[in-house]
Amino acid sequence: MIDIVLLTLLLAVAIAIIRMKDLFAVVMLSGIYGLLSASFFVAMDAVDVAFTEAAVGAGISTLLMLVVITMTGRSENTTRHKPFPALLLVVITGCLLIYGTLDMPYFGSADAPVHSHVAPRYINDSMQEIGIPNIVTSILASYRAFDTFGELVVIFTAGIGVLALLSSVRRPDNGDKIVCINYSMHEQHLVVRIVTKMLLPFILLFALYVQFHGDFGPGGGFQAGVIFAAAIILYAMLFGLSTARIVINQPFIQLISATGVLLYGCVGLVSLLNGGNFFDYNFLSNDAITGQHLGIFLIEWAVGCTVASVIIIIFFNFADYRERQQSNENEHNQESP
Amino acid sequence: MEIVINISSGLCLFIGSFVCVSGGIGILRFPDFYTRMHAVGVTGTLGAGMILIGLMLYSTDFLVFAKLVMILLLTLLISPTTSHVLAKAALHNGLMPKLSQNTVEQSSLEQESKETASSKS
Repeated sequence: MIDIVLLTLLLAVAIAIIRMKDLFAVVMLSGIYGLLSASFFVAMDAVDVAFTEAAVGAGISTLLMLVVITMTGRSENTTRHKPFPALLLVVITGCLLIYGTLDMPYFGSADAPVHSHVAPRYINDSMQEIGIPNIVTSILASYRAFDTFGELVVIFTAGIGVLALLSSVRRPDNGDKIVCINYSMHEQHLVVRIVTKMLLPFILLFALYVQFHGDFGPGGGFQAGVIFAAAIILYAMLFGLSTARIVINQPFIQLISATGVLLYGCVGLVSLLNGGNFFDYNFLSNDAITGQHLGIFLIEWAVGCTVASVIIIIFFNFADYRERQQSNENEHNQESP
Repeated sequence: MEIVINISSGLCLFIGSFVCVSGGIGILRFPDFYTRMHAVGVTGTLGAGMILIGLMLYSTDFLVFAKLVMILLLTLLISPTTSHVLAKAALHNGLMPKLSQNTVEQSSLEQESKETASSKS
């Protein structure tokens, strides 16, 4: 019953996203879409995925898209041409995909390949082989460590791409802005700033909890990194970029993002040197279970570092670019009249 | 003793759900942005708070109780703040509250709605 309600809502939101012309509303709706799919995952008992979806899909990606919208403008360009060939192509592809699903096993059937292939082994043997209660974490960090490594490299590449496109050498200026922030605090954003100051330590603490509790419950490096970055972004949005830049040293955070990937790769290399396969944590220590625990701990730590720092890098560079754009416009406006 | 707890918990839950429903009706029925936001704010703070208190009275496990207290504190902190931010952003972007003719005359004395009076006249 609740599945049907959630799926209907998802469909309604998706149609609204297509129909809407106001990009700001579209971004908000995509956030709602993320939250709805997170609740859908909870209804299907996939709490780890739901956690990730709530943190990434509803939280951070909405925020990053909002930052992009401040650069591109709010309204969608009107299309003059009628894209009938494209519509035809989409309809044909959709029909083929639906035709393809006819061969798939019935939803939730017990003899589906996904339930009979590797899943029984993970469920039965994970406790003896890995020794941590959360099977999702043991699959993600140990059985499928190589896939996770690929994901981490993708995130790192995104950070590098943003850096290559948007970053610039910073002029050591605007020291006056930082001083005046404390004065303007009493006029604007007073309530939000005080509440944020109260909440920030708890958000950071919660990020650490998610990071280290991933072995026992839903959580892990990805979610922890996103929550950590969200706290920093909240701080930067409310107290100004220049203040946040004092707290978060840009070169240092870039170093951290690279260090995370390096640490992840090194864990694999060490297990290779100790005589096992790449990412075979049994060889990290004398005892196999201890080795697994050590490997998963290090890898979650690496993932958390890289994800947090890459998201902070992306946000800072976008916001920085926007600030430069605005200051250029202001200079133009002052010159022209 | 138990019956007292049960009754008070049920009462809290009832009040909470009533406030939530009336807030939902308010979102649909109220005339402009600010009054609708008031409905949302009431739902978020009082409705959720009452339901949480009702659940707290009903819980026997200490851990559940502690979790509910934390959720309550977080809701009490965040919900009013978000309403405040929304209202402030709307006012900042020049959305004026819909006022009846009498209130416009009264509040035109106040500083805040000077612009409103000028835009209406």
